[in-house]
Amino acid sequence: MSEKEIRSVLATDCGSTTTKAILIEKQGDTYRLIVRGEAPTTVEAPFEDVTNGVLNAVMEVEELRGRKIIDDDGRIITPQNGDEGVDVYLSTSSAGGGLQMMVSGVVKQMTGESAERAALGAGAIVMDVIASNDGRAPHEKIKRIRQLRPDMILVSGGIDGGAISHVAEIAEVIAAAEPRPRLGSDYNLPIIYAGNIKARDIVKDRLGKKSSLVITDNIRPVLERENLMPARHKIHDLFMEHVMAQAPGYKKLMGWTSLPIMPTPAAVGYIIETIAKQQDIEVMGVDIGGATTDIFSVFQGIFNRTVSANLGMSYSISNVLAETGLDNVMRWVPFDMDEADLRDRIKNKMIRPTTIPHSLAELKVEQAIAREALRLAFEQHKSLAVGLKGVQQERTISDAFDQKSSGATIIDLKKLNLLVGSGGVLSHAPRRVQAASMLVDSFLPEYVTRLAVDSIFMMPQLGVLASEYPKPATDVFEKDCLIHLGCCIAPVGNAKKLGDPCVTVEYNVKGEHIKREVAYGDLVLIPMDAGEETKATITPSKRFDMGLGKGKEVTKKISGGVVGLLIDARGRPFTMPTDSAERIKRLTAWEIELGLYPR
Amino acid sequence: MAHAYTPGLRVADKALITRERRLPLKGEVLVEKGKEIRAEDIVAKTDLPGNVQIVKAASILGISPEDLPDVMVKKKGEHADKGEVIAMVSSFFGLFKSKVVAPATGTIEAISNVSGQIIMREPPIPVEVVAYIDGWVSEVIPDEGIIMETTGAFVQGIFGIGGEIVGELKTAVANPNDELTADKITPDLKDKVICGGAYVQYDTIKKAIDAGVRGIIVGGFRDSDLRRILGYDLGVAITGQEKIGLTLILTEGFGRMKMAQKTFDLLKRFEGKRVSINGATQIRAGVMRPEIIIPLGEKYSQDLADQEHVASGGLMVGSIIRVIREPHFGELAEVIDLPPELTVVESETKVRVLKARFDDGEEMLMPRANVEMIES
Repeated sequence: MSEKEIRSVLATDCGSTTTKAILIEKQGDTYRLIVRGEAPTTVEAPFEDVTNGVLNAVMEVEELRGRKIIDDDGRIITPQNGDEGVDVYLSTSSAGGGLQMMVSGVVKQMTGESAERAALGAGAIVMDVIASNDGRAPHEKIKRIRQLRPDMILVSGGIDGGAISHVAEIAEVIAAAEPRPRLGSDYNLPIIYAGNIKARDIVKDRLGKKSSLVITDNIRPVLERENLMPARHKIHDLFMEHVMAQAPGYKKLMGWTSLPIMPTPAAVGYIIETIAKQQDIEVMGVDIGGATTDIFSVFQGIFNRTVSANLGMSYSISNVLAETGLDNVMRWVPFDMDEADLRDRIKNKMIRPTTIPHSLAELKVEQAIAREALRLAFEQHKSLAVGLKGVQQERTISDAFDQKSSGATIIDLKKLNLLVGSGGVLSHAPRRVQAASMLVDSFLPEYVTRLAVDSIFMMPQLGVLASEYPKPATDVFEKDCLIHLGCCIAPVGNAKKLGDPCVTVEYNVKGEHIKREVAYGDLVLIPMDAGEETKATITPSKRFDMGLGKGKEVTKKISGGVVGLLIDARGRPFTMPTDSAERIKRLTAWEIELGLYPR
Repeated sequence: MAHAYTPGLRVADKALITRERRLPLKGEVLVEKGKEIRAEDIVAKTDLPGNVQIVKAASILGISPEDLPDVMVKKKGEHADKGEVIAMVSSFFGLFKSKVVAPATGTIEAISNVSGQIIMREPPIPVEVVAYIDGWVSEVIPDEGIIMETTGAFVQGIFGIGGEIVGELKTAVANPNDELTADKITPDLKDKVICGGAYVQYDTIKKAIDAGVRGIIVGGFRDSDLRRILGYDLGVAITGQEKIGLTLILTEGFGRMKMAQKTFDLLKRFEGKRVSINGATQIRAGVMRPEIIIPLGEKYSQDLADQEHVASGGLMVGSIIRVIREPHFGELAEVIDLPPELTVVESETKVRVLKARFDDGEEMLMPRANVEMIES
């Protein structure tokens, strides 16, 4: 069906706990979200059929919309016939723990990293990276492969035409481990080989009989170039054929959908990429869940995704504390707390992950932990979203001065145009300004950045839709999916002392002239409605930079949102006072200025 | 009547309990269907493939990989003892010899003329699976294992560490609000599983380990003590593999918390009985909670099946609940109303709530997500 002919789209996302359905319909020239429904996912016992949950969620949509979508045999009606059914039905899935992969390369920092990026980009959780130089003895690698039982392994290594002995070595290690797939023991583990073209026969010989081996183009044909798409496509194909086909009810579901079922994070990646391309902007998205935090970015046209598998707000909440340490969590809590008490509270959330903060103090602690989870996930993202390592670069004199090496991160907060947050703690924060504050504190955006949250986390469904039909996907993304919070203005630099001049912001909106001088250390919120857009003159003081150099005035486009315009004059790099009383004083001042919590 | 679903931990006087006892790989099942067996009996066994050792032989010998097959002393499929020469080159008319010795006892599995590696496989590792609970073999899964069945008292804990153990149940405190202190750990508790009321601290656990106690069941325990015992901060709740010397099960949560009266009474009633406990906890897709099973030596009956069915109801006015988040964490209360509309609570979160009455008569609205039912 051509994009123009589409009148309605039904999309479901089968998550580990909830299956969410959305119905999109064409209204005039644009597509809008009409209703949504949800139901518990039914992959596990006693139901063991994912389609039960899908039908339950769709039934809710039917009831709310008041029209028939499921036929009498319990199937989704496609295409739309009069007022019944939908033209397109599609689905994403992360049920059963999503797609778990192991990857391997010869040199960890080169082909190993490329393989990791390919798997992450395809929506996988990377359980481990095996490489010739990863510092482990062969028997340790074998033990690890056996222990992990991935859904799939991606083997890379070497540039085309290079030496083959290291690739053979890796293939032999994997063969010796006799890896078994995670789900079911009746089929062979899928392995994708995307390495040196010359080593294909060797790999076939070593792994052909012990696995379902698929060979595709090298992800690093030459040192200077990555070619991740063929491997990413193969991962999707095998995800459908092997992994999904093993999960209960998926064969049936696959027969219903108009497009292949996509792993949820891969779909989110698609929509972020589409938006970045269409609007020609640098975008970053974060999805913080109970168990994991995913970050997606497009900088310089390059898409990157990372999954922090053990950073989350419920199942993994304890791990956030273990990784960041108590002091880092406490620096965001605006009151003193006994360490042992805080530890117990966090553990109690971990063992009872579905509980909700009832008291205000509990909410503040939870949002403090969220800031650290987001910060750590962002650190991990920066370290993987890098230029290719091992590449000789031509250097000019100015490069020699700034000491940039190959493999530096491509994440540049100064160029970031849009930061989108999603996941319960951000999307469902009782006040939207809390989401804005958590995003700013953890990502520390620089210069001018638009902030938004995904209202009901429908980016996965829109992503899979965008892969074939970009217009309906982007229409809904702009109009119904994103809640624009506003803009953050953050000058880079630090003054000598708190209260020194930092920045002056001037603009006209609704016929009114606004001028605001903000001192170093302050965080200021100026209301500015969603839909308002204007040019602002931003003048940093002599120790601060807004993009043209210290003290240099700039003119930038700013836009409003449900929160407004946030001027963050706390300095970059940002530091929090270590003295407890001083810290609480400043946190409380920011809290009052932003109206973060009821008082 | 208003009715809602809320998860709860089971505390049952009598329940039908089945447990799958499966080998990690196919092997041999040693018991027959219908047979009565004890927890310690081995029900199935198999051999796991041995560990693999890889030797970078070509580089040790200073030869190119393609020459490796020609210098092998032991051929593919042959056995070699640890330290035995498996490949050798001589140079300078035999004056200098370079050797590769077997890193472990095993067989030569592969010799690679591309990578120059020798792959050796150690002897298979035997694995046995025990019954874990006293009871009957209700089903045999050919070549893989069995399903054990028993009727017994059953308690689910909230968190545990340490794996499956069996021992005699002993109550070491007078009431569920008591702390299990170090002075209560006496030599006669050796090999016992002890029930310890509201709280236990690090020093008591250490003393219990030294005294040979097999398991401790207690209401609460502090995370700071957990870190001392494990030697690391537990990040993700996947437990059961810890080797601390005993199995620890918490019935209520982290902190000092009175053990639910019903749980305490049940454990006290079965004092002296054999009990099977497992601390394994997994809080993610496919939730697994620690468990306490006290087999009663009776076979399954239809009456019991009916009882089971009745027991699994939802949250209703009159249900007894436990609060599982601050404020009032750990306290028991009775549901007195289930308003259907979304309500804004102190944190400004808009949620479905219930109204509950505590023992002292205080009434309070709280999120439904923050309670669990005390199931029977």
